[in-house]
Amino acid sequence: MTIKVLDSGFASTIQDLGRPGYYHLGIPIGGAMDRYSMRIGNMLVGNDESAAVVETVFTGPVLEFRQNSVVAVTGGELPPKLDGRVMPTWTSFEVREGQILSFDYLKHGARSYIAIHGGFSTPVSLGSRSTYAIGALGGIDGRGLKEGDVLPIGSGAKPAKVGKTISVSMQRIPKTPVELRVLPGLYLHRITKDSAEEFFSGPWRVAPEADRMGYRFQGGNPLSFIDRKPPFGAGSDPSNITDACYPYGSIQVPGGTEPIVLHRDAVSGGGYFMLGTVISADMDLIGQLQPHAETNFVKIDMEGALFARKSRSRMLDMVREYLN
Amino acid sequence: MTPRYTFGGDEHLFVEVDEEMSLEAFFKSLSITNAVREAQIKGVTEICPANASFQIKFDPDSIHPNDLMEEVKRLEGHADKSESTLKTRIIEIPVYYQDPWTHETLMKFRDRHQDPTMTDIQYAAASNGFGTVDEFIDAHSRSPWFVSMVGFVAGLPFLYQMVDRARQIQVPKYLRPRTDTPKQTVGYGGCFSCIYSVRGAGGYQMFGITPMPIYDPDQKVSYLRDFMVFFKPGDIVKWKSITREEYDQSIESVDADTFEPRIHDVLFSLVEFNSNMDSTNEKLLAYLS
Repeated sequence: MTIKVLDSGFASTIQDLGRPGYYHLGIPIGGAMDRYSMRIGNMLVGNDESAAVVETVFTGPVLEFRQNSVVAVTGGELPPKLDGRVMPTWTSFEVREGQILSFDYLKHGARSYIAIHGGFSTPVSLGSRSTYAIGALGGIDGRGLKEGDVLPIGSGAKPAKVGKTISVSMQRIPKTPVELRVLPGLYLHRITKDSAEEFFSGPWRVAPEADRMGYRFQGGNPLSFIDRKPPFGAGSDPSNITDACYPYGSIQVPGGTEPIVLHRDAVSGGGYFMLGTVISADMDLIGQLQPHAETNFVKIDMEGALFARKSRSRMLDMVREYLN
Repeated sequence: MTPRYTFGGDEHLFVEVDEEMSLEAFFKSLSITNAVREAQIKGVTEICPANASFQIKFDPDSIHPNDLMEEVKRLEGHADKSESTLKTRIIEIPVYYQDPWTHETLMKFRDRHQDPTMTDIQYAAASNGFGTVDEFIDAHSRSPWFVSMVGFVAGLPFLYQMVDRARQIQVPKYLRPRTDTPKQTVGYGGCFSCIYSVRGAGGYQMFGITPMPIYDPDQKVSYLRDFMVFFKPGDIVKWKSITREEYDQSIESVDADTFEPRIHDVLFSLVEFNSNMDSTNEKLLAYLS
């Protein structure tokens, strides 16, 4: 029960819902950047929603199937091709032993999810198969896919249904420009009120340095800090703080110039001030942003953040009901 | 020292115990986070103590953020009265200062450094008023250090020097972070020392390297078989300056899996430490002799 990797694609990795519980030791939760798409991929092939999938970035791998299986590709629009024939996305389809799954060019988004009936059954490390390359955990020997890898496949608990489709209305695709909702806070008081207003009036663009650890943004005005005597241990730059924890989604602005939103493979802490945090409901969207994508950071309060979280979870419930 | 409560989005409660670093702030953060752990609050998923702050990750579907904040504030009141003693351990970490590997790396990044004419340790010695690098190494390795935070990347300890503030070493971070740091580099930034657990980017000045693995995802190293991360907040560290020969011997024993770090259980009292730092440190270090 295996799949052979003939070509890895740009940065394909094994991901699941991550390894919570070790952030206090610097090991981030990791897992799929766009969890909504990843969960639906698993639902489409009859897996538990937490089963391991392949997360692709921009380009897909070429995979040779050594068994019959059922596959679905969700997330960024990366049309799968079976022995060269284009197959629909967000739809489960059968693959026969010996067939080759490759991918067309990415139409929109950034990350796609290849779910397979039974899930990828690479070794579990600290409770997860997610690839955390910096710490050499999970994945294949702690790394992403490489040509020649043979990926083990598990056996599905439930039989897969073929031909199930999720319509565009149930997909979650970032608009242009994308709006990322932010709960202001943390060290926001370090910058002037005008500077904060300017930050939220944008617009920003995704910088080339955007990966699983974090997304950097460019194009907005540098921040203006409020004068202070540096606290002991913080460092001399106005953007420095005494090294502290970084929330997932937190927005740090080293030197006050380019904001970085930390994502699933976040560094767990450091010495830069943060002015707020992207709310949990919008984290998935970040994973679908390409470099240069226009972005606005929009202020939201806690009740708004909780409401957005509920709406997103209701959307997923609707998909679950639809597929059952 | 009045803790400041704020939220990191809808999933994190962030508490800055103090703006500046001190052992008092660290102990307060540690005692509140211990109290939160013991309270087993529904919906709390991760508790992360840091140097002078801490963070609690929670599931807002299980507990309203405001209810969690109230509960932690209540626990803070109790933690205030707790005794500042800590059952912990002291560990001797061998350091080969001015080693060829961090030297080669630092020479590649002189354009990102405050003073490209000096090495990192020469710069740190000069900016802290030491006449020679040897005197600086002596100051860095003489007193014990507190692990006040584990993080940034997997298993990386931040260490705080256990001396009065006048004697504490302070070194700015690189102007722009390096894209490379050798694994097990002993670094310095602000008032913190650190050990880079894995190879990668970094902004701390590089002083040397330890032969002792502190992170092993394969869990093959004998003392990392139970868990892949060596350090935890509250550990006490004593650096030991070693020569190239001693470094090579240690690497051989690491490879043969016979390397055993020198470790001793200790009871640390913040009150005792504050009343006489030097004698408290002497007692701590005696466990290693």
